[in-house]
Amino acid sequence: MSSSLEGYKGVALDVLREIGAEVGDVLRIRKKDGAVYEGVLVPRFEYGDPECIVLKLRNGYNVGLKIQEGDRVEKIGEGVKPAYKPRPIPEAVSGLPRVSIVSTGGTIASRVDYRTGAVTPALRAEDLYSMVPELAEVAQVETKVLFSIFSEDMTPKHWSKIAEEIASELEEEVRGVVVAHGTDTMGYTAAALSFALQNLPAPVVLVGAQRSSDRPSSDAALNLIGAVVTAVQAPFGEVAVAMHRGLSDDVVAVHRGTKVRKCHTSRRDAFKSVNAELLGVVENGTYRQVSQDYRPRSPPGKLKVRPTFDEKAVLVKYYPGFNPEVLEKLLDMGYRGIILEGTGLGHVGSVCLKALERARDMGVFVGMTSQCIWGRVNMNVYYTGRDLQRVGVVPLEDMLPETAVVKLMWVLAQTDSLEEVRRLMLTDIAGEFSPRTSYRWSA
Amino acid sequence: MKVRVGLELHQQLATRFKLFCKCPSELGAEEPEHSFIRRLRPTQSELGEVDPAALFEFKKGRYIVYELDDRSTCLVEMDEEPPHPMNEEAVDIALTVALMLNSDPVDEIHVMRKIVIDGSNTAGFQRTALIATGGYVDVEGKRIPIQTICLEEDAARLVKQQGKAVYYRLDRLGIPLIEIATAPVIESPEEALKVAYAIGRILRATRRVRRGLGTIRQDVNISVEGGGLVEVKGVQKLELISKVVEYEVMRQKRLLAIRDELRSRGCRAEDLKGERFIDLTDVFKNTGCRVLKRAVKKGGVVLGVRLKGFGGLLCRELEPGLRLGGEFAARARFWGGVGGIFHTDELPAYGITAEEVAKVRSLVGADELDAVVFVADVRDKAVDALNAVLERAVEALEGVPDETRGPNPDGTTRYMRPRPGAARMYPETDIPPIRITEDRLLRLKACLPEHPEETVRRLIEVYGLNRKLAEQLMDSDYMPVFEKVTAETKVPTRFVAATLTETFKSLEREGVEVHRIPDPTLLELFKLLDRGLITRENIPDVVKWLSLNTDKTVEDCLKALNIRLLSQAELEKVVEEVLAERAELVDKMGVKALKPLMGYLMSRLRGKVDPRLLMNMLRRKLEERAGRG
Repeated sequence: MSSSLEGYKGVALDVLREIGAEVGDVLRIRKKDGAVYEGVLVPRFEYGDPECIVLKLRNGYNVGLKIQEGDRVEKIGEGVKPAYKPRPIPEAVSGLPRVSIVSTGGTIASRVDYRTGAVTPALRAEDLYSMVPELAEVAQVETKVLFSIFSEDMTPKHWSKIAEEIASELEEEVRGVVVAHGTDTMGYTAAALSFALQNLPAPVVLVGAQRSSDRPSSDAALNLIGAVVTAVQAPFGEVAVAMHRGLSDDVVAVHRGTKVRKCHTSRRDAFKSVNAELLGVVENGTYRQVSQDYRPRSPPGKLKVRPTFDEKAVLVKYYPGFNPEVLEKLLDMGYRGIILEGTGLGHVGSVCLKALERARDMGVFVGMTSQCIWGRVNMNVYYTGRDLQRVGVVPLEDMLPETAVVKLMWVLAQTDSLEEVRRLMLTDIAGEFSPRTSYRWSA
Repeated sequence: MKVRVGLELHQQLATRFKLFCKCPSELGAEEPEHSFIRRLRPTQSELGEVDPAALFEFKKGRYIVYELDDRSTCLVEMDEEPPHPMNEEAVDIALTVALMLNSDPVDEIHVMRKIVIDGSNTAGFQRTALIATGGYVDVEGKRIPIQTICLEEDAARLVKQQGKAVYYRLDRLGIPLIEIATAPVIESPEEALKVAYAIGRILRATRRVRRGLGTIRQDVNISVEGGGLVEVKGVQKLELISKVVEYEVMRQKRLLAIRDELRSRGCRAEDLKGERFIDLTDVFKNTGCRVLKRAVKKGGVVLGVRLKGFGGLLCRELEPGLRLGGEFAARARFWGGVGGIFHTDELPAYGITAEEVAKVRSLVGADELDAVVFVADVRDKAVDALNAVLERAVEALEGVPDETRGPNPDGTTRYMRPRPGAARMYPETDIPPIRITEDRLLRLKACLPEHPEETVRRLIEVYGLNRKLAEQLMDSDYMPVFEKVTAETKVPTRFVAATLTETFKSLEREGVEVHRIPDPTLLELFKLLDRGLITRENIPDVVKWLSLNTDKTVEDCLKALNIRLLSQAELEKVVEEVLAERAELVDKMGVKALKPLMGYLMSRLRGKVDPRLLMNMLRRKLEERAGRG
């Protein structure tokens, strides 16, 4: 019973129970001052006043009504659940390439319940065609809901599952794989998949939406079309992220999975390639390669699947006043690797040297990235950098801090040897290093 | 025939910030400095349905160009940042209006998303919240019930339409609007205007609403017994409401008469729906009609359709400037994107000969009682246009189609779009609900503004205005200025009131944008008048200049217009000169020479002297002379 009165508490819940009302029923509330309201009982999402009942009036508006002594609440009708009829599926154009879409959650593919406002995942192929009919002109789409979670709840265990699922989709010899993902940690997942899946025979394209797909202005459709077009047309066998290039609904940017970062909390063009060129762009339904430095699609059978991660790696941001005991504690907790997000060219204060020496003695890998985001670390310019190198801190070139910690988790799962960890961390596996820095790359 | 009219008034609130962000609540003066492109996709309703007009627009590849400047627009209006919590200042104003209209505020405000995909909202929905229900306003003894009071964000400004692009300016998006809807109980054009005025007075009484053209807009719902439901959207001037109602009632009545005639002619919808489109391109191979020639030359075709039984009806006037054929053409333009249509009721004309018309008639098999409509454009557009024409013809058999119309400056209306189905609304989950507490309502009740009826009484009793002038002042934007001027100067109250109403109104009619002058400048104007630095006669010229130089002071104006009143001594000198010049007249008429001399002097000194001052001096001097003589 309580589940049918979602969100209600206190007085309101008591009153609703008393009259046997459920969400969706039609109620009439007669206030003692004479005002009368009739409408459908809707669920209460917010941490609101427990004395309020929320009705959707006939004119479509929701209002919250406080129930007091002397008010009369009656149920005057049963709720009717509207029957959803998806739009007819456009006729499939025969001979189109097959693309798998794996959904992990997020707002990219969801449908709104107009009665309650709840957003529910909708990723059956027919839902997708129904929302983005243009897809039917690009590919035969097969969909699979792997899980349905917010991206902030994503863990390395989820990365492993996604990698395995993609590998099995690729066995079906699809032209490409698209992964629908929440945007918050999409960059991390893209990096993880870049290391877990090597010699890809086809593009693996992550896609998300900054505006939920229930609204007419959602960026989901253009991004999804861009991702599917990339999966079909792109020449590369890499993991990429496809999202709006700018604020306009015209161009989708395709970023390398190890070089992409969410750089804005809300804009459509939040994703930027950092210290790298774009892999490509999609415009008017056509993919165009931008960077000529890419790994082409591998021949079938070459795919290497290494979907394991060791969570004993940590990312630490340094700041003035940073207490080096934090590093000591991390060592005590058994962490096997630390990525420092240092200042400038790759520095942390000399107060950290003692803890870092202990890390070296314990065989813990310590890598240096920069919180500047743009640019390359160089630990030869100042004393501090040279001192840090002396205690074993490894400069990680122009690798993103987020990519570095993901890579470290992956490397730690591949080997127990510190030497091998060092070697792998400095080896370009999935385009995480750029050998030279272009003047075009800056904030 | 019974007429039922309901009004929906939208008034911008004079808050510091917009409704859901911290941008200033006013239009951007600057040129747009940035633009971006969006395509709004029709979303499905909970039933999987898609609004046909929206889908149509989308399929045509229409897109929207949004223009902005950084001062008036932030990421929220661009749909690039979630909305901030609702502006509490705006909520207070809306609640104040609700209390003044005897409405019942809700206990908790829930912001909704109302789907609107014409591009006027970047999100594809307008954020709107119901603040209160019920209540009434009394208009000349009749109680007009209020249905709802809502608080919503204003939409973006339409700039232009160009090919497949619609341009909007984002500065207006997000300015708080209060929407007040009356029950459809208004029965005449005059009553509609009175109701609008009565509600407008209550809004202005709060002193928290914006003024000037475009800050208040009315939607008028009009239905004539047996007719359809027509909404005229966006009437910008209250004065236009009665005209809009009058013409719309006329239009609906005449459409009903046409329906009756069609029925008596035996027209049937099935026949119309079965009509085929006939290619008439060959008929006009060597036509003298330039429009047709050009369209065909560009690869178009001439496509026609017979409308059985419509002969002579397409040129029937529905309201001034609008014939039934014009309604058909509007539909063809909307759905087909064509420039217009030709129909046999208006032919031969436009270079089309009687011979060509006869050929057209014979090709489509139309006799004298039938009409033929044809269009010239690329085939797809021509087909869409004729389908729209046929659909409208079928509706003519029903009488008055439900539709949304836009007002023309003279009060007639034009087709805008089909009436949207029941508004699709769902909760705006990004904005927490606002609980309206008893304490808040008590606080607002304790400082409710003076009710307009009270104000009129006060204007009459305290300021000695007559009722007409008092009401005019109430209906103007200048109550606050009036109160300040009368408190701070000794300028007679009736003159101040008349200037702010009658004088300003007639200046506005001449095209002077008096409303652009800031209130402090108007106060300064009356202060200078009070100090005798300008005369009443100067006011129209000064006001004209100030309306064009809104950042300048009245002193600046006096310099620019070279207005300088004569000093006592200078005046005396001129008067003495004139008395000497006209000594004969003075001798002959004595004190009675006052009138002709006054006329002569004023023609020389208008704007340089206070006439009362001059008159007094002249009279004194004449009396002195008469005494001496």
